[in-house]
Amino acid sequence: MSAREAILARVRDAIAPAHLDGAAEIPRAYRQRIDADIDTFLSRLHHYQARTRQVTEQELDATVRAALAERGARRLVAPDGIPDPWLEGLEPLRDDPPLDPHALDQSDGLISTCAVAIAETGTIVLDGSAGMGRRVLSLVPDYHLCVVRSDQIVGSVPEAIDRLDPVRPLTFISGPSATVDIELVRVGGVHGPRTLEVIIAAG
Amino acid sequence: MSHGETIWTEDPPFPKNARDAVENAQLRRNIRKATTTIRERRASVVAEMPDWQALRETGQAIKDDVLAHLDRYLEQFEQAALARGAEVHWARDADEANSIVTSLVQQTGEHEVIKSKSMLTEEIGLDDALQKRGITAIETDLAELIIQLGHDRPSHIVVPAIHRNRAEVREIFLREMEDAPADLSDDPHALADASRRHLRRKFLQAKLAVSGANFAIAQTGSLVIAESEGNARMCLTLPETLISVVGIEKLVPTFRDLEVFLQLLPRSSTGERMNPYNSVWTGVTPGDGPRQVHIVLVDNGRTNVLRDEVGRQALRCIRCAACLNVCPVYERAGGHAYGATYPGPIGAILTPQLVGVEHASKLPFASSLCGYCYEVCPVKINIPSVLVKLRHDSVRAKKHPAEDAAFAAAATAMKGRRGWTAALRFAPLLRFFRRGGPPPIAQWTSVRDLPDPPKHSFRDWWVKEHTAQHAERGDGGSS
Repeated sequence: MSAREAILARVRDAIAPAHLDGAAEIPRAYRQRIDADIDTFLSRLHHYQARTRQVTEQELDATVRAALAERGARRLVAPDGIPDPWLEGLEPLRDDPPLDPHALDQSDGLISTCAVAIAETGTIVLDGSAGMGRRVLSLVPDYHLCVVRSDQIVGSVPEAIDRLDPVRPLTFISGPSATVDIELVRVGGVHGPRTLEVIIAAG
Repeated sequence: MSHGETIWTEDPPFPKNARDAVENAQLRRNIRKATTTIRERRASVVAEMPDWQALRETGQAIKDDVLAHLDRYLEQFEQAALARGAEVHWARDADEANSIVTSLVQQTGEHEVIKSKSMLTEEIGLDDALQKRGITAIETDLAELIIQLGHDRPSHIVVPAIHRNRAEVREIFLREMEDAPADLSDDPHALADASRRHLRRKFLQAKLAVSGANFAIAQTGSLVIAESEGNARMCLTLPETLISVVGIEKLVPTFRDLEVFLQLLPRSSTGERMNPYNSVWTGVTPGDGPRQVHIVLVDNGRTNVLRDEVGRQALRCIRCAACLNVCPVYERAGGHAYGATYPGPIGAILTPQLVGVEHASKLPFASSLCGYCYEVCPVKINIPSVLVKLRHDSVRAKKHPAEDAAFAAAATAMKGRRGWTAALRFAPLLRFFRRGGPPPIAQWTSVRDLPDPPKHSFRDWWVKEHTAQHAERGDGGSS
């Protein structure tokens, strides 16, 4: 008997008395929607030590360029789908052919958009589509600038899950990389970007 | 059957280890400080959730549904993962899991693997098994790195180096980390930074990674890892080959179910609204991450647990460690005293069931049954009720000649009036055993105070009182 057959047989034997036909009814009395707004999202991001800026659609291009200039980021990883006006005057690194990890390590950072953002938990979610690129792009560089449109912000975790495609590679990011492994003191910046900056654009 | 490292040792057993641990003042200070911090943090982020109890109900119901149909969900998961380009392997026990991983590593020709934190690989003793075949496993989680460099064992499920303070971590780094800066301070920021620099070179060169998983989604064949540091993300995205070792109880039916566990887990484990990173990946994604993805589904005693109607709820566990952080026994004894991969209240019910109660007979007693663990459990595992059940099993699994003799004597004495009256007459003699007495009585009396036995029995008193009253009144009524 293969290990697969053996394990499945042991499972069936163990659950035989409890086996039910059809799916059990799962109670879902928790909140599906939450009226959390941009202010909640901002305060959560601040709690995680992320930097934030809030702008109108008209101010967005100039704000992105200002943020990058302040950071001194010129050699910026720019996935497909990042609008050209954001990159004016920079030396963007295109991920085509794919950048090797050392090139990412030596870059000045990443600029990306996001798939959805969760106000209640201060989370941005990347799903690898245009404007976001491969998962490793938002990991190896030390700086991540993420542009979030206000209509991408939902209140609750369930609302975000509802908007996402499960078979895309998903990364939920809540603040810069951190650890609590030494005396449970939260230390920002272990392996991921040590600086996360979020620009929220109305519209 | 091989259990790997599920238990390290039953000898010395928990009571001896715990007695030694409570005398280690440094250890107690470290653990007390850490558990107090994490308890307060958890309490505040749970209190802000008006629907916390509803989320717990759903978490429990989802996991119960998984367990009731585990065969079906496993097959569904396998099919979905295969369809998305993953290879799925099955392992009955620790040895089989270790040999599958070893041979997968050998096929790549590599001698070094990077690892993200995984309790299951601790449980099966994977690092040692790989080492025996000349393969070095590099732990990349900061706490696991502290454990590995310190030639130590994890003592907590979420923060495995909780028993070490910053000064001890600094000493370990200076002694064991070849590229640690000579002027390293004991500031946690400096220590975390040293680990970042130490591991970055290894990440960028890695060809092969081993990970665990927090959840496996049956509907889509996806795996999920929740983490803080980004080391798991490195393991999931940089190497060419990824081997994920997953316990068969990690399944959830649908992607939607994540909306429940991504709320329950971070608030319960690290006391955060959300942990810094969650990754969800499904098989192979062309152009993004590893080209070879292996999933090893491991039983290693879980089907034993599933067999027990009361005990199977332990398989709902999502390894948040909230029960450890609130447990008065854990806070004083620390994780190592349990002598097993899974310490604390959940370990006290999981370990004996995974390896057989006869191999971990003291663990069900490592609790005061205060019930705090049940109250904080995000999937409502009734740990006290399972502990009581396992105590029963543990007692039945062993012979107890002294107790058996005592109860046989009690049964004889209680059979009739005459025997009982005679026994009560001797009861005052028990005062001699109040603090001492010969073995086996001393085993009981050395840690417990007996109440003072009365000078004479109620029956004697009754007879005396009534005889006196009757004599006074002279009515001679029946009693």
